[in-house]
Amino acid sequence: MAEVEKKEEREVPYYETVLGASPEKLATVDYKPPAKPWMDVPPKFKKLDYLNPAKVKWMKVIDLPFPREWSPPDEDWKLPENWKEIFLNGMEDRLKRFRSFQLFMDICVRCGACADKCQFFIGGGDPKNMPVLRAELLRSIYRRYFTTSGKILGKIAGARELTVDVIKELFKYSFQCTECRRCSVFCPYGIDMAEITMIARELLLLLGMHVNWAIEPVGKSFLTGNHMGLLPHTIKDFMDEYRDELEKITGFKVDVPMNRKGAEILYIVPSGDFFDERGVILTIATLLYFYHIGLDYTWSTYTSEGGNFGLFTSHEMIKRLNAKMYAEAKRLKVKWILGGECGHMWRVINQYMGTVNGPADFLEEPVSPITGTKFENAKDTKMVHIAEFTADLIRHGKLKLDPSRNDHVIATYHDSCNPSRAMGLFEEPRYIIKNVCNNFYEMPESCIREKTFCCGGGAGLGTDEQLETLLRGNFPRSNATKHVHEKFGVNRLLCMCAIDRAVLSMGLSYWCPQVTVGGVHELLANALVIPGESPRTVDLRRQPLKRPITPGKIAGKEA
Amino acid sequence: MSFGLSFWVSLIAVLALILVAWVGVEGAKLNFLFGAIIPYVAIAIFVVGMIYRILKWASIPLPFRIPTTTGQQKSLPWIKQNKIENPSTALGAAIRMVFEVLLFRSLFRNMRTELRPGPRLSFASAKWLWLAALAFHYSFLIILIRHLRLFIEPVPSPVKFLEMIDSFFQVWVPLVYITDLMLIGAVTYLLLRRVFIPQMRYISLPSDYFPLFLILGIGITGGLMRYFYKVNVVGIKELTMGLINFSPKIPEGIGVLFYIHLFLVSTLFAYFPFSKLMHMAGVFLSPTRNIANNNRAKRHINPWNYPVKVHTYEEYEDDYREFMKDAGLPLEKED
Ligand code: HEM
Ligand code: SF4
Ligand code: SF4
Repeated sequence: MAEVEKKEEREVPYYETVLGASPEKLATVDYKPPAKPWMDVPPKFKKLDYLNPAKVKWMKVIDLPFPREWSPPDEDWKLPENWKEIFLNGMEDRLKRFRSFQLFMDICVRCGACADKCQFFIGGGDPKNMPVLRAELLRSIYRRYFTTSGKILGKIAGARELTVDVIKELFKYSFQCTECRRCSVFCPYGIDMAEITMIARELLLLLGMHVNWAIEPVGKSFLTGNHMGLLPHTIKDFMDEYRDELEKITGFKVDVPMNRKGAEILYIVPSGDFFDERGVILTIATLLYFYHIGLDYTWSTYTSEGGNFGLFTSHEMIKRLNAKMYAEAKRLKVKWILGGECGHMWRVINQYMGTVNGPADFLEEPVSPITGTKFENAKDTKMVHIAEFTADLIRHGKLKLDPSRNDHVIATYHDSCNPSRAMGLFEEPRYIIKNVCNNFYEMPESCIREKTFCCGGGAGLGTDEQLETLLRGNFPRSNATKHVHEKFGVNRLLCMCAIDRAVLSMGLSYWCPQVTVGGVHELLANALVIPGESPRTVDLRRQPLKRPITPGKIAGKEA
Repeated sequence: MSFGLSFWVSLIAVLALILVAWVGVEGAKLNFLFGAIIPYVAIAIFVVGMIYRILKWASIPLPFRIPTTTGQQKSLPWIKQNKIENPSTALGAAIRMVFEVLLFRSLFRNMRTELRPGPRLSFASAKWLWLAALAFHYSFLIILIRHLRLFIEPVPSPVKFLEMIDSFFQVWVPLVYITDLMLIGAVTYLLLRRVFIPQMRYISLPSDYFPLFLILGIGITGGLMRYFYKVNVVGIKELTMGLINFSPKIPEGIGVLFYIHLFLVSTLFAYFPFSKLMHMAGVFLSPTRNIANNNRAKRHINPWNYPVKVHTYEEYEDDYREFMKDAGLPLEKED
């Protein structure tokens, strides 16, 4: 058994011990709403089940207001004196700046179509995690202070006073939403809870309140270029190590271009690829892949983060962190940018980057140096998704692939929420997977593609600080994985997102420990038939292969 | 608001409206108020209110292009794009809107998530909401169009044709309109699900029950007039034609039931711009549905995009120059 798997099997008792609840017990969900009307149910912060507030140090790094020490279970949240005014002014300002926000406050009919679509409601049963009610938390304030009927009729019009308890409630439920947009797929008016949660979090931020799991990465990313705060020389050391590991496994000694000026392509990945165990394998795979196709590219330590926790913080912070990508592309004088396997990174690139930091007129319209394919769909932002790039190569027969080299893997594919519902990246990864792996089984239709579930840890929730909520939110995805594990023997959950790789691993270790998690390009690199390769018996994560690789042979036969 | 309060407040409000009209006409003989002034005021509020709300929405910027993509994006030429669910052109987005508005496309996706022992999540088909919403809206629309016969003389042939289709399955005299049954049936369903599904009951507000009771009231009074208590149709047409020609006349002997019906309709119109019923207009402006997902190909402009503080490469290099030098990373400035 490979190292990765052994370690995960050990984690099962770990989460069970922490929670004191078996999967069977945790999955006994009571969906019956409380007898009390929701406005009369104050928020509670269960021990070990809330996200810790942003630390003063990191708040200061990125100039956030009212940095202070506090904790959700505290009675006193040390709100600034004129908190109410700040909050309401902030709301008024945003109602004038975001049509989405104003519209979504106005037109919900409370039809309930979205109610049982949120993984946090499905896995937890708390009615305030129904998207419609999550929105009503803020909508009730909107009615009270910004509509005539709410001002006059109060509760009868569904309005309520803004109190400290309301602030606490907003804090709690804004951080039990991963901004995954699943609800918005089902809403007849496309009301997008992600949009409302983003605004709610901005409002909380005006009062100096956010979670450290988002703010520390934002601060570190601002200073060092990545969420983990890895310094340039550390990244260089890591990359050298991965290069050596690749050589040990495959015999290939490859170059690791770093901060190299004049490369054709700047390659940007989520920083998980530099340290997270599954991400690292993806990096090793990428090194091999790019070496094989002879790509003229560079990594960058300044943009050592594709992810952008600004998306979970505020619209302004999206722009502040994202600015580095174009700045670095300009400095290195590359032609265009290629982006790695990451989820919310792609929401930012596809829906925000051009708008906030464009136009990228110093770059060229992306063209594949190998096939000559023009990426028309990226001609303005000049940033191409690695799956688009690879699918094009495979289609043009530029890669010699032996899918049988992945015969030890029985795979299913998890569509990450952001590339699914904020981009529509469905076929490219599937095309790659089907070309590099003989055993691929889809999870049920109702929970893949645009209807995919969130891993439960997006938008700054991916920490075991809030373990119970995380595992509950993860339940629908892990449960579908378990279904294909039992039915088809699936042992690998593929995904294209760094948060997924970490959070799905956590979730599966609890719900379905027989399945491991990995990136799509890991399997691609496993399947590459490369001239000059040496015989080997393990894959890139040093897991034994079904059939040892004999150089030049495909599926055991002469190529 | 508790369920009981929300439900009863709304029901009582509608009953009170009925009482007001009844007392006003039967008792106080305020026929002109209820037959002319109130309808005029209601229509004025409706028109002005709708325009105001729509202009207000439209005047708010759309800073980001945020369509919810529910199909394959446009990427490589050989990958089949879903041009409707993930449009890359304005035309595609327009077609997507047609599906949303005419067929309630998104609601059609609805399914019920069930947690079974095991634990096993399963997803069951749940199209009743979609069906009832569609039945409700189309019968409402057709009934509205049928009412044109009261305002146009001679009655236009499309309206007559619609009436004929609508009463095609004759079971009764006078003709029973299918849409009347559909409207009442669908509204009753929408109401019952609010009352009996615990989650629906938990989220429902008076503003959810009120329009349902109001429309039910309109449907029932309309039905009573047509099928049970004969009203003076000639007189009513005289009144409605007077209204439409801005020379209101109040003929004798129309019957209080008509005034109640008209008052409820007036209330609905006047209430419309202040309520969730504005979804009718709002759906057209929904930014997750009505724009193309082509941001990477075509830059979207945010009118309030402002400069922000960033950490430049130069600052970064200044912070870590020694480390970078030792690691052999290229530098812009040697110390
Ligand atoms: C003349 C235009 C319209 C009117 C008068 C109208 C009115 C209503 C009313 C009264 C309800 C009942 C809400 C409830 O259950 O309490 C409703 C619900 C609904 N409407 Fe409309 N609507 C209109 C247009 C539209 C359009 C264009 C759409 C399409 C997107 C739409 C979609 C819905 C849906 C999905 C519901 C949910 C049913 C529910 O709430 O249980 N409506 N509408
Ligand atoms: S589906 Fe949309 S309209 Fe219906 S309750 Fe949810 S947010 Fe409101
Ligand atoms: S965006 Fe996702 S997590 Fe948030 S309410 Fe909607 S379904 Fe739930």
